[in-house]
Amino acid sequence: MAVAFFYLFSAVLIASAFAVIVSRNPVHSVLYLILAFVNGAGLFLLAGAEFLAMILVVVYVGAVAVLFLFVVMMLDVDFAELRQGFSKHLPVGAAVGAVVLGELGLVALGWQSAPGAKEAAAAPIVAGVSNTAALGQVLYTKYFLFFQASALVLLTAMIGAIVLTLHHRPGVKRQKIEEQNARTRDNVIEIKKVPSRAGV
Amino acid sequence: MVVDLTHYLVVSAIVFTLGVAGIILNRKNIIIILMSVELILLAVNINLVAFSASLGDLTGQVFALFILTVAAAEAAIGLAILVTYFRNRGTIAVEDINSLKG
Repeated sequence: MAVAFFYLFSAVLIASAFAVIVSRNPVHSVLYLILAFVNGAGLFLLAGAEFLAMILVVVYVGAVAVLFLFVVMMLDVDFAELRQGFSKHLPVGAAVGAVVLGELGLVALGWQSAPGAKEAAAAPIVAGVSNTAALGQVLYTKYFLFFQASALVLLTAMIGAIVLTLHHRPGVKRQKIEEQNARTRDNVIEIKKVPSRAGV
Repeated sequence: MVVDLTHYLVVSAIVFTLGVAGIILNRKNIIIILMSVELILLAVNINLVAFSASLGDLTGQVFALFILTVAAAEAAIGLAILVTYFRNRGTIAVEDINSLKG
């Protein structure tokens, strides 16, 4: 049963990855990318990495892919024009792809692990502990500095994205809180004695 | 792990290749290039998780988690640059992005 699911997930993953790079409409590409991520999460589940599978669904499908969709739909780009070089680049792309696939295939089929690899595990998987708990026990102790460094990476990305996309349009009225707070009765209210029948 | 490690490696090799080919095929469309990069990173993650399960070592999954973090940051920054560039120049065609004359 699990083997059948492995082949199902792999087939859909490869097919949707193929569709990502050849589909004419970038919106379809993003949707195929989401399909690829979901099937990748399925492969993670089969390998026993439940936490990563859920993170893949939440972070990639929920955030990154939706961000892609948002940008693709927001930018008013003529995508037919962007596709023009496709057939021109096809031989080069196919050749490079064949070379990369050949090399990776050689590695994937011809590798063998070192004799002491299993014993040298830095963080062995303990039986009886759920995947999430085991990851937490390793991540918050042994790899705590890396964990904080990745948090810094995310913080930098967040600040960078805000700085890049935030811009002030001239001529737009904005609220200035400090000016509002600095107003007192003395400098905003003027009492005028208007004589009767004379006008202001 | 119910399936042999080699199967996982072959799947991730194919996805990696599709990502690399996608970068070359869609030379003009930077959005598809970014998606291809995400595909490549997914292939790398499948590789790491498969080895982690096969060797009984959690380190691979920890590293896959970090790769996920960096990939999310990369997508956010890349798309932010894209939006800013489109706002300033009105195009995102890759061959028009040559103001630096590099």
